[in-house]
Amino acid sequence: MRIGIDVGGTNTDAVLMDGTKVISSTKSPTTQNVSEGITKALKTIIEATQLDVSKLDGVMIGTTHFTNAVVERRRLTPTACIRLGLPATVCLPPMVDWPDDLAETIGRNYYLAHGGHEFDGREISAFDPDEIRGIAEQIKAKGLNAIAISSVFSPVNAVFEEKTAEIVKEVIPDANITLSSTIGRIGLLERENAAIMNACLRELAVKTVSGFKQALRDMNITAPFFISQNDGTLMNADFAADYPVLTFASGPTNSMRGAAFLSGLKDAIVVDVGGTTTDVGVLQQGFPRVAAMAVDIGGVRTNFRMPDTLSIGLGGGSLVEAEPLKVGPQSVGYELITKAKVFGGDTLTTTDIIVAAGHEDIGDKSKVSDVDAVFAKAVEDRIEEMVNVAVDRMKTSATAMPVIVVGGGSILIQRKVEGASEMIKPEHFAVANAIGAAIAQVGGETDRIFALAEMSREEALEQAKREATERAVSAGAKAETVEIVDVEEVPLAYLPGNATRIMVKAVGDLAGA
Amino acid sequence: MLKEVTLADIEPIAIGAGILGTGGGGSPYQGSLHLREVIKQLGPQTVWQPEALNDEARVAVAGFIGAPTASIEKIHEGTELLRALRLLEDHIGQKLDAIAIAEIGGSNSMGPLVAGLQAGIPTLDGDGMGRAFPELQMASYLFNGDAKVAPFVMVDAGENSVLFPQTKDAIWAERLARVQATSMGATAGLVGVLMTGKQFKATCIPYTLSLAHALGKRVLESQQAGSDDIPQVIADMLSGKVLFRGKLTDVHRRISRGFARGSLNMESFSQTRDKLFIEFQNEFLIAYINGEVVATVPDLICIVDLESGEPISTELLRYGMRVAVLAVPAPAGLKTPSALKFVGPKAFGYDVAFQPLAGESIGIPLM
Repeated sequence: MRIGIDVGGTNTDAVLMDGTKVISSTKSPTTQNVSEGITKALKTIIEATQLDVSKLDGVMIGTTHFTNAVVERRRLTPTACIRLGLPATVCLPPMVDWPDDLAETIGRNYYLAHGGHEFDGREISAFDPDEIRGIAEQIKAKGLNAIAISSVFSPVNAVFEEKTAEIVKEVIPDANITLSSTIGRIGLLERENAAIMNACLRELAVKTVSGFKQALRDMNITAPFFISQNDGTLMNADFAADYPVLTFASGPTNSMRGAAFLSGLKDAIVVDVGGTTTDVGVLQQGFPRVAAMAVDIGGVRTNFRMPDTLSIGLGGGSLVEAEPLKVGPQSVGYELITKAKVFGGDTLTTTDIIVAAGHEDIGDKSKVSDVDAVFAKAVEDRIEEMVNVAVDRMKTSATAMPVIVVGGGSILIQRKVEGASEMIKPEHFAVANAIGAAIAQVGGETDRIFALAEMSREEALEQAKREATERAVSAGAKAETVEIVDVEEVPLAYLPGNATRIMVKAVGDLAGA
Repeated sequence: MLKEVTLADIEPIAIGAGILGTGGGGSPYQGSLHLREVIKQLGPQTVWQPEALNDEARVAVAGFIGAPTASIEKIHEGTELLRALRLLEDHIGQKLDAIAIAEIGGSNSMGPLVAGLQAGIPTLDGDGMGRAFPELQMASYLFNGDAKVAPFVMVDAGENSVLFPQTKDAIWAERLARVQATSMGATAGLVGVLMTGKQFKATCIPYTLSLAHALGKRVLESQQAGSDDIPQVIADMLSGKVLFRGKLTDVHRRISRGFARGSLNMESFSQTRDKLFIEFQNEFLIAYINGEVVATVPDLICIVDLESGEPISTELLRYGMRVAVLAVPAPAGLKTPSALKFVGPKAFGYDVAFQPLAGESIGIPLM
């Protein structure tokens, strides 16, 4: 058995699952101290089911805690950034495109050094160990130990970032170092931004992860615990403490993975209707499709792999206005249960319309008996149009696809979406995100350069797949369930030995669950 | 008309330059960040309309050449164009009085403002294309007059520079510069095309910096006002028309000789379900509706987001996008017989005659 927990900005959801069966679920407000909310959710589940915690195989936590820290500019550690690329890149120093309040929170402590590579693998300038040592001394003198390191074209060749990290470690033994090459892709500013954000979150990540551990200990849970990452796989707690930015998009990912699980579909559109927004995403082979463009977090451009979702201002709490007819984007949000008409409030929301139209029986329907039927239909038409357009924008081809509807505001979707082959509203739709965390798989990756002079391309691919599979198994995956889900090849021109970079990702079910 | 460029003018210019980029020209994002930093340091940049220039003044054209995918990683050092400009001055033994924009469309709208500010000379309100084109020889300075690309100087981010005292013609200049840019890391600053004030005034596409600024400003204002048809606002400002509103149903791409070539299909929202087809090579070049040619290069084919009016470049095209396609008459300077040899449909390998759209708004004073 396993417990999945989703710590969102508004609610903390938890589910207990036995294999593929949902045994119990709970939804409660997220607390200031996230560990307390987790403890409370665990307690509710354990008491309701009389669970023997020694039977748990794992606890999976999805959290937007680190995303919120950046958005709120709180609990961030002052950070230094070293960039290698001189004489190039001077005109746009690190953090140049950050909002001032965020940049000032962590300090504009950046250092430019020689190094970096050209597009074809040549060095822009030679690496200078003494220069790096000098910079490390300055960082030490400032008392900083959170450090991000970036180098031009490091996704193609990371050797300068690695050498820099070694020298910095000699000078500042307790340095918390993040290399841009371990996080992002081509696009220096965006990759560097992600590395700096990771560095400034690591102190918080260490604290948060140990808080989670404590919450589990308090409940006498000894099962391993994991944190879900952007791509829908799990990372162990220590890894999460090193790479907090990898959790930035775990919220939408978990709800899409949960939708895939609940519906049994691997290729579908997911419509996640919340209180204020509806997020539309696409499942491909059971995983969310990844965005191609730069993603903005807290006002900062980044380019790591995030699910490609479209968010529109439509939810169960969206305000409805007549003349002119308007639905959202304003919403009563979590105050739905006091402000909506059916709950005795005086604000007309989309939920009221659905009740007035007779589709659902929520709250006191006599409170919406004065809503005109023609008007209710017009609002429903508008909701239908908003959802249709959003789904259509996210589709990759004109072919009809199944549409899975999840989230607390799912009652808004009463009609078939245009271009849907079928509409699925699975059981437990309101806690799809916690289910997504609970069923998350374990991944293994390999990303390295192979010299094709020594082996054929097929042999290199085979070897990379074998390595990724082995890593997934050693991370806790059941060997017979491991599948290769992603293969990417980048030939590197002008390097000796006909080199090619191969990235392979393998995932499998968690063993013993 | 724009008299100077301040911090507040950068975003409007970037949006307007994106629209005039007709899908190509590269993103002005990094260039606009750099301009912002330089204006913060040195103050606003002075802009001169062409008529402010003496006939005897010395003018040169500045811009970057290379692959946009290389420069998003190897960001510019920041004084490339200034250094190239100084080396060119040394070569001719004369100081330059003003700097001209090579192409207003896309990323090259920003560099000449930065370089002018650094050199302490004004940037001229006009360019050589009135839009974006992929190659050096496709500039009105060259095909509408007797200016030459050489002598020209190329510099990299470091200490390397190359002077080309002479080339046979503009095509040779393009060929040599392209090879040089690759060896400089696929991005290099280039200053050349020396002109007198008289030559500049006779051959430039005038007022295009003011136009880009006014266009971007109008888009931003319309967004703030919640205007429900921004594509029409843009079309009206450019004396053009909204050719099509619809959804992208198909995009084909291939990389050939360094260009992103391809085609796209769209279906209209109207009952008639009209079909639009566009051929592109970095820029959108020929548009067909239901099989009929409706717009041809050098007239501008611009794709903007249906709601925000923000420009959409070739590399961002994706199935499902809901966009408006605008057709805008090219400036007069691109429609002369000598111009069409370099920028007409045949110059891009299409066996289609140029079918000019009526009207004019690019290259004339702003209302």
